[in-house]
Amino acid sequence: MGSAARLYLAIARGSFRRYSTYRAATLAGVFTNTVFGFILAYTFLALWRARPGLGGYDTSQAVTYIWISQSLLVTVAVWGGGFQDDVQERFRTGDIAVDLYRPVDFLGWWLAADLGRAAFQLLARSVAPITAGVLAFHARLPHSALTWPVFLLSVLLAVLVSFGLRYLVSLSGFWLHDSDGVRAVMLVVAMFLSGMLLPLGLFPDGLRQAAQVLPWAALVQVPADIFLERSTGSQVLGGLGFQLAWAVVLLALGRAAQLLATRKVVVQGG
Amino acid sequence: MALIELEDVARTFTIRAKVGRLRRERREVRAVDGLSFTVQAGECVGYIGPNGAGKSTTIKMLTGILVPSAGRLRVAGVDPARERTRLARRIGVVFGQRTTLWWDLPLRDSYELARRIYRIPDARYRANLDRCVELLELGPLLDTPVRQLSLGQRMRGDLAAALLHDPQVLYLDEPTIGLDVVSKVRVREFLREINTGAGTTVLLTTHDLTDIEQLCGRVMVIDHGRMVYDGGLDGLHATGQSERTLVVDLAGPSAPIEVPGARVVKVDGARQWLAFPAEDSAAPIVAAVAAGYPLLDLSVREPAIEDVIARMYAKVPIG
Repeated sequence: MGSAARLYLAIARGSFRRYSTYRAATLAGVFTNTVFGFILAYTFLALWRARPGLGGYDTSQAVTYIWISQSLLVTVAVWGGGFQDDVQERFRTGDIAVDLYRPVDFLGWWLAADLGRAAFQLLARSVAPITAGVLAFHARLPHSALTWPVFLLSVLLAVLVSFGLRYLVSLSGFWLHDSDGVRAVMLVVAMFLSGMLLPLGLFPDGLRQAAQVLPWAALVQVPADIFLERSTGSQVLGGLGFQLAWAVVLLALGRAAQLLATRKVVVQGG
Repeated sequence: MALIELEDVARTFTIRAKVGRLRRERREVRAVDGLSFTVQAGECVGYIGPNGAGKSTTIKMLTGILVPSAGRLRVAGVDPARERTRLARRIGVVFGQRTTLWWDLPLRDSYELARRIYRIPDARYRANLDRCVELLELGPLLDTPVRQLSLGQRMRGDLAAALLHDPQVLYLDEPTIGLDVVSKVRVREFLREINTGAGTTVLLTTHDLTDIEQLCGRVMVIDHGRMVYDGGLDGLHATGQSERTLVVDLAGPSAPIEVPGARVVKVDGARQWLAFPAEDSAAPIVAAVAAGYPLLDLSVREPAIEDVIARMYAKVPIG
């Protein structure tokens, strides 16, 4: 294993362990996700009883959708957070200057840290809500064993896309001093366009097509459809390709923004 | 061998200030203004100056996170801003008010990470860590999360983290700020060992002049971005026109004493304070006082380095 790989692995592992120290926060989070899961699942049940087959989802799929989205909410950081909180704090305290003289790539560092976080939260925050959904609502688990690894790959890509979006928001701090405002706007946009509130298929014409090609669809809608086995064969590949394409584009943009930001700090003095 | 070389280095910042409702005015501020100095390998140099003098700007340029507007700069054979990553492997940096340690994890994890970041070979890593642990008494703290450490313990942890990769140069920005007396002593002892024992070149900024008195053979004073003094500590007294103080106790209250070569600076009942140039002898003044006044007791106070420096800051012309 190369020394760079070993470094990023060490960062990811440290980040994983760090999140695992927040035991009370993790428990509280699991509890909240589960409670919201119940509320939303009952809401969806009522909705689907009135409009069976809405958006092409049967009732069991609709309820399962809720539990998947609750499971992914924190792992994929739909609302922002994760490394973003750290970077924001480092802007506030000025520690961001210290980060620049470390001989480690800034994007690589935070990406590794965020993957470590996501890995922990997948275990700690995703398993419980899905289990609750299965026990209380007979949530639909994948029928094919192959769906599980494909779903996990899709979640990994979702985290990469989410990281790409959050990284751009964080870097705006180099110009705006504080990325809080941008972050608040992004939260609303992401909640709506990721399919977190409602599957994108339920959106009206026009908005639906737009939402389905925007990067936020990669966060919840694509992995959920894979889990529900609504996408099959080439659709699955299309979904993964869609996620991968956005991940590549966003990470490239992040890299470019990082170059500009570093130049700004080093040349203009921040 | 010169490890740090600055030649006529300057750094200006453009500040945009609001003028009126919509107009903005651009103003140039010279944070560092034609600075030249050389630090040889193995030196320990104190770098002092009042707030806003340009100390941090200098350190930022020396670490490569800020490019100079003009002049030439080399550290450990490298142009800092151009080869920041290469330089980073040759220098260690400790900011008293910042930490590079992993806040929620045990101290040990931060060291493991440093080992990966700087690609330290196993044997060297273990040897360096053992030495730091012993000198800084970190043993019982290695498995404690950093957030549970006291400020002094954290500072010691940061010092070790900055030295694991055997840097040639160590920059310290206020390493003893906020520490209690015992912690300060311990940090200073460690720095002395690193400098004289291991031969690491040290450049330290501080507001605590005891740090400098105890560690540095050389002191550089900067104000308004310019060097106002560069030399030994003793030389500061001559340059700063420092004064010694003669404290006399008379038999009773009296009018201010009048003797040649000294002037009264304070009177409190029967006690009077007389100031005279530090390089003059106290003997003729004492003789004159004893001859003309009912003298009971006396003592001579050496000039405090703080006062010398304060006078030096005050003397520099502004602009």
